[in-house]
Amino acid sequence: MSSKSDIFKKGSIDIAPHLLSVVPFGIIFGAIGIELGFDPYLTYATSLIIFGGASQIVFVQLLSGGASSLIAITSVGVVNSRHLLYGAVLSQYLEKLNLIKKLIYSYFITDQGFAVSNIYLNENKNQKFNHYHIIGAGITLWISWQISTIAGIILGSIIPDELGLKFAIPLTFIAIIVQDLRKLDHVLVMIVSGVSAVILYNIPFKSYIIVAPLIGLLASSVILKFKLIK
Amino acid sequence: MNWLSIFIAGVITYFCRFSMVTFIKSEMLNEKTRLILSYVPSAVFPAIIFPAIFLNETGILVNINDPKIIGATIAIIVGYFSKNVIATILTGLISYWIIILLM
Repeated sequence: MSSKSDIFKKGSIDIAPHLLSVVPFGIIFGAIGIELGFDPYLTYATSLIIFGGASQIVFVQLLSGGASSLIAITSVGVVNSRHLLYGAVLSQYLEKLNLIKKLIYSYFITDQGFAVSNIYLNENKNQKFNHYHIIGAGITLWISWQISTIAGIILGSIIPDELGLKFAIPLTFIAIIVQDLRKLDHVLVMIVSGVSAVILYNIPFKSYIIVAPLIGLLASSVILKFKLIK
Repeated sequence: MNWLSIFIAGVITYFCRFSMVTFIKSEMLNEKTRLILSYVPSAVFPAIIFPAIFLNETGILVNINDPKIIGATIAIIVGYFSKNVIATILTGLISYWIIILLM
């Protein structure tokens, strides 16, 4: 049986390869925040308070493009709704913890942390303290994200505007979903959502950012119907 | 961007994180909901990607040989085969820079 600190360390080690993408992503986010003209303190605060890379980029990008706060906040909610799924899966391993611990652990759940901890917890179901894996992976990623955001904020004030660093935004999201291009159903959802976004781009309040994903999800439910019929 | 909007966005995100862990057991999510949630990334991110590539600053469609389309295409090819996040972003960005500097 492994000790708490062993499991914590295992979490840190398992998340380490993902830091190769988290750190540059954090730097890019910090730099984009500055490039889009936001205050350094507010840019950093999003890393502390929201702590969700993709949603933070969506947030600053929409606000800089003239979207209302309501639209930007709602978009953050839509982007981060996938955490409902992660939480539902991880809850089975955290059932025995008290409420305070659950509330603390939840803050540290991320895409990458979920991916590695879910594998570990699945393989070590009967081990005591194995939730320390979640916190080991989570805190390691959290520290990396905070430091790299700050580094990006500092770099962002040096990088010239002509380089068009904004183009890193779609590229970052391409990197996140490109593996799903192997699945036809996902490709269809992507095309429906993406084309809808282009067509609806000029509807009021930048609400395309919510309407297009909803059309995409509608498409996914239609696809699911066909899949289930088979 | 102000403190209040960041705070509300943070609270909503945190709610998504803790609500399921705290109040719901995974069995309570029906299969259909779970399947649909798995499509969320594929539904959300293209809504950001497509306009950022195919539209210019004023919201008009760009030409097919626009540097953004070429850069994104290269990034997709590299990402698909390398499965490497940094390689995807960097090759896309560097090819974009090469094109805008040459043109």
